[in-house]
Amino acid sequence: MNQVIEIKNLSKWFDDFQVLKDINLNVKKGEKIVICGPSGSGKSTLIRCVNRLEVHQEGSVRVNGIELTDNVEVIESTRKVVGMVFQHFNLFPHLTILENLTLAPMWAKKLNKNEALEIANKYLDIVQIADQAHKYPGQLSGGQKQRVAIARSLCLKPEIMLFDEPTSALDPEMVKEVLDVMTKLAEEGMTMICVTHEMGFAKQVADRMVFMDEGKIVEESSPEEFFNNPKSERTKKFLNQILH
Amino acid sequence: MFKSKALRTWCHKNLFNSKMNSFLSVVIVVILFKFLSYFYAWFVTNAVWIGDAAACREASGACVVFIKEKYNFILFGFYPRAEIYRPILCIVLLLSLVIYSSYEKNWKKCTLILWALLFLVSTILMGGGIFSLPIVESDQWGGLPLTLILSVVGIFVSYPLGIVLALGRRSKMPIIRIFSTCYIELIRGVPMISLLFMSSVMFPLFLPEGVVIDKIIRAQIAIIMFVCAYMAEVVRGGLQAIPRGQYEAAEALGLNYFQTMRLVILPQALKVVIPPTVNTVIGMFKDTSLVIIIALFDLMSTMKTALKDPEWLGFNVEGYIFIALIYFMFCFSMGKYSRTLEKKFNRKGTLT
Repeated sequence: MNQVIEIKNLSKWFDDFQVLKDINLNVKKGEKIVICGPSGSGKSTLIRCVNRLEVHQEGSVRVNGIELTDNVEVIESTRKVVGMVFQHFNLFPHLTILENLTLAPMWAKKLNKNEALEIANKYLDIVQIADQAHKYPGQLSGGQKQRVAIARSLCLKPEIMLFDEPTSALDPEMVKEVLDVMTKLAEEGMTMICVTHEMGFAKQVADRMVFMDEGKIVEESSPEEFFNNPKSERTKKFLNQILH
Repeated sequence: MFKSKALRTWCHKNLFNSKMNSFLSVVIVVILFKFLSYFYAWFVTNAVWIGDAAACREASGACVVFIKEKYNFILFGFYPRAEIYRPILCIVLLLSLVIYSSYEKNWKKCTLILWALLFLVSTILMGGGIFSLPIVESDQWGGLPLTLILSVVGIFVSYPLGIVLALGRRSKMPIIRIFSTCYIELIRGVPMISLLFMSSVMFPLFLPEGVVIDKIIRAQIAIIMFVCAYMAEVVRGGLQAIPRGQYEAAEALGLNYFQTMRLVILPQALKVVIPPTVNTVIGMFKDTSLVIIIALFDLMSTMKTALKDPEWLGFNVEGYIFIALIYFMFCFSMGKYSRTLEKKFNRKGTLT
C-alpha cells in the first residue's frame, strides 16, 4: 500500500534498440534499493525513467501513486519530490556553491531568499562543506563537488533520492566521503535507489539488491542472499568479476 | 645599461631567432619605415592645415582644411546648424550610458529604465516639437547620430529577438521550430540591401492609405530583422556548447523550461559566444551604412555627399580616412570590451 514507486511492465527503446524489457519494480517508503549490473544493462535508464529524464514507451511508472505522463505539471511536481545525483555532478559552473543550492528552492519552490539560504546553509553543514559556500564549482575537488550535488538535491526536501553512479567519476580516495554522506542519508530513513558498484556500501545499506543485464531484472533479493547465495549464473559471474 | 641588454635579448628572441625570421624582420622594418615617412610627409610636411581649396590643390599633401570645413556636415548631415547642440547632446548622453552600462556592477533593472528614458529623451531631442524645441523632420537627421541610433537600437532589439529565435529553433514544439528555422534561413539567404529595399519600397504599399511610417523606423526594422537572424545562429552555437548534463540537472531540480533557460543555460551559453556576438555587432555597426540606398544619410553617406561639393572636389582620401578613423574607434572599443568581458568571466572560473 505504501509503495512510493511502482514500475509496471516498463519497456523502453532507443530507436530500434530495446534498453528496458518489461521491468517490474516496487519501492516502499524508506526502502533502499541498490541496482547493479554490467554497463549497458539499462540501470541508469531505469532510474532516469523515475523522474522522467527518459520517456518510456510501454508500461507505467507511478510516483506517490501518480502516473508519469507527458503532462508537464505532473513531471515538474514529481521532480520536486524526487532528487537526483549524477555521475558527473552537473553543478552549475557559473554559480557559487551557495547559489547552486538556493536556485531550485527559490525558483521551483518559490521560497524567499532568506528561507532558501537557511536551508542551503543547513545542508552545506550536513555534507560538511560550509567553508566552501562562496567558491565556484570549478575550484572544488570531485568529492566536494559530489557532496555539493547531494546537498543541492536535498534542498528541495525530496522524499526519494536517485543516485546514478555517484562515485564512478571520483578519484579513489574521494569515494569514501561521498559514501559516508549517502550512508548518513540512508540512516535517516530516506527512500533511495542507487545505481552503484560499491558493494561494501550495498551490503551495509541496501534493503534489496537488483541485478540487471541486457535490459532485464535478472535477480532481485536481499543483500545476504544476493552476495552469499546468488541464484542465477549471470549474477554469480558478475559478482566474481567485481569482488575479486 | 640593463635595459638595453634586456632589449637586445628580447630582439634576439623575438625578431632574429632564425635566418628566415631575421630576413622577415628586416623586410618589415624597411616597409614600415617607408610607409611612415611617406605618411609623415603627406600628413605633416606637405599638408595644408590652414588655407583654402586652391592651396590644397597646389600642395601635394593632405588637405586638413577640407575636414575642418566639412566635419560639421559629415558628423551631423543636414541637421539645422542652429540646432546642432541637440544631436551633440544626444551622442554624449548615448555614449555615457553605453560606458555606464559596460560595467558589470551596473547590470541591473534600473539601467534598463535609464535606457528607456534615453530613447525617449533622444527622440524628443532629435525630433523636437515639444518644450519649445523647433521640429526637425527625420529626413534631416543624418551623420553620426543616425549611425549610432540605428546600431544601438538595432543591437538592443535584435539581441533578445535572436535569443528567442535560437531557443525557438531548438524547441520541441514543431510549429515554433519550423517557423524559427524558416525565418532564420530565409533572412540569411537574402542580402540586407534587399530587405532595406523592401522596407522602403514594398512595405508602404501594404499599408492603408494615409498611414505613413517614418523611413528611419522602416530601415531600423529591416536592420533588426536581418541582424536577429544572425544573432540567433550565434546564440544557438552557445546553446549547443552547453553539456546535456546541465539541462538534465536543472530539469531534475524541478525547474521549468523558462527557468532552466534563464537561470542555467543562457548565462553560460551567452558567455561562451561573446566573441562571435561582438563580431556580429561590429558587422552590423558597419552595415548600417547600407541605408544610403534608401536615401538615409548615415555617417558614410554624409561624407560622400561632402566629397561632391564642387568647391572641394577631389579630397576623397582625406574624407575616407576621417570616417575610417571614426568607425575604427567604435569597432576597436567594442572588440576591446569583448576581450575584457571574456577575461573577467574566465577569471571567475565560470567557463569550465
